[in-house]
Amino acid sequence: MDQDYAIRVENLVTHYGPRKILDGVNLAIKPSEINIIMGGSGSGKSTLLRHMLGLHTPTSGSIILLGKDIARISAAQLHDLRTNMGVSFQGGALISSMTVGENVELPLREHTNLDDSTIGIMARMKLEVVNLGGFENLMPAQLSGGMIKRAALARAIVMDPKMLFFDEPSAGLDPVVASELDDLILKLRDSMQMTIVVVTHELESAFKIADRIIVLDHGKILLAGSVEEVRNSKIERVQDLLNRRSRHEEIDAEAYMDRLTGGTATLQS
Amino acid sequence: MAYQVEEDRGFSIVLLTGDVDLSCSPDARKTILDCLGSKKNTLVDLSNVTYIDSSGVASLVEGYQTAKKKNLKFGLVGVSGPAMSVLELARLNKVFPIYATVEECVNTDG
Repeated sequence: MDQDYAIRVENLVTHYGPRKILDGVNLAIKPSEINIIMGGSGSGKSTLLRHMLGLHTPTSGSIILLGKDIARISAAQLHDLRTNMGVSFQGGALISSMTVGENVELPLREHTNLDDSTIGIMARMKLEVVNLGGFENLMPAQLSGGMIKRAALARAIVMDPKMLFFDEPSAGLDPVVASELDDLILKLRDSMQMTIVVVTHELESAFKIADRIIVLDHGKILLAGSVEEVRNSKIERVQDLLNRRSRHEEIDAEAYMDRLTGGTATLQS
Repeated sequence: MAYQVEEDRGFSIVLLTGDVDLSCSPDARKTILDCLGSKKNTLVDLSNVTYIDSSGVASLVEGYQTAKKKNLKFGLVGVSGPAMSVLELARLNKVFPIYATVEECVNTDG
C-alpha cells in the first residue's frame, strides 16, 4: 500500500491557538506526479505544505512520506528522509552572503562527504538545468526575481530528491518567466520521476502542470481530482476560486463587532 | 552498484551495474580516474545501470575532462533509458561521445 503513494496525509488536524487551521485532511499522492494544492488565503494550504516538510507538529493525524510516519521516526531517519526532499520557498531563501554556486552546493556539503570537485560539478550541472549556467559566482543580490527562483530550484534539486515541494513558484514573476518555470517543473517530473507538490494561487500554471489538483477551503479538502474534474466541478466554492470571486459570507454581526472591539462593545439596536 | 574493469583493444572498459548514487559514486569516480591515471583510453559501459544520479553523472563529467587534459579517449557505451534521461536533463547527451557498443566505438575510432 505504502509503495503506491509517495505521500499520505491521514486525518490531519492542526490548530494555531484556538483556531483550527486544518480539519481532518486526508490525501494520498502517487509517485512521479505533480500535485497542486490550491485555495484562497487562509485555506490552510501553506500549513499543509509545512506539515509535509515536517516543520509543524499536528494536533492529531499522520504524515507518511516514502512509507515513513514522520512523527514516529528517529532524528537520524528524519535526516535521511530529508535528503530525499527538495524545497523551494516562496522568496527563494538564498543566503545573501554566499555566491549562487555556494548556495546550491550547501545541501551537498551538509549531507554528503563527496569530493569538492564532484560537489562543484553537481552544483554547476543543476544551474545548467535551470538555465543559470555560468552564474555561480554572482551574489543573490545581483539576480532578478526569476533568477532567484531558479537558483533556489537548483539548490532544491541538487541532491536529486525523490520529492520536491514548491511554495508559490510563480508568485511575482512575469508570465513568460512563470511559464518557463512551469516547463522546468514538468521536465523534472519526466526526467527524474520526481513527486512534486506545488502550492499556488496561479490558475494558469496549475492547469498547465497538474496531474492532480487539491482544492482546500477552511482547512478541509473540497475536491481532489484531475484538471478536468476541477474545471467541471459543480462545487460553488471551487467555481468561486476558478473565477476569482470572493465569497459573500453572511456576517454574524455580534461576533464581528466583538472581534473588532475585543468584546467590549455592544451593538445598538 | 557493482563494477568491473576489462581491457579490450586498447580501451579500459568500466562496466557499472545497478544503481549509481551518492552511496557508491565515489567508487565509480575513483575507478574511472584510476583508468585515466594509467593513461588508458576509457569507456564507461552504462548498459546495466538501472539508475544514475547527479553524483554519478559528475563522475562521468570529471572523467571526460580528465581524459581531455591527458589527450586520451573517453566515452559512454550502452546508455540505458534512465541514464539517458538524466544526461538529457543537463544536455550532456550532446557532449559525451556515446556509443551503442564497445564494438561501435572501436570501429569508429579505428
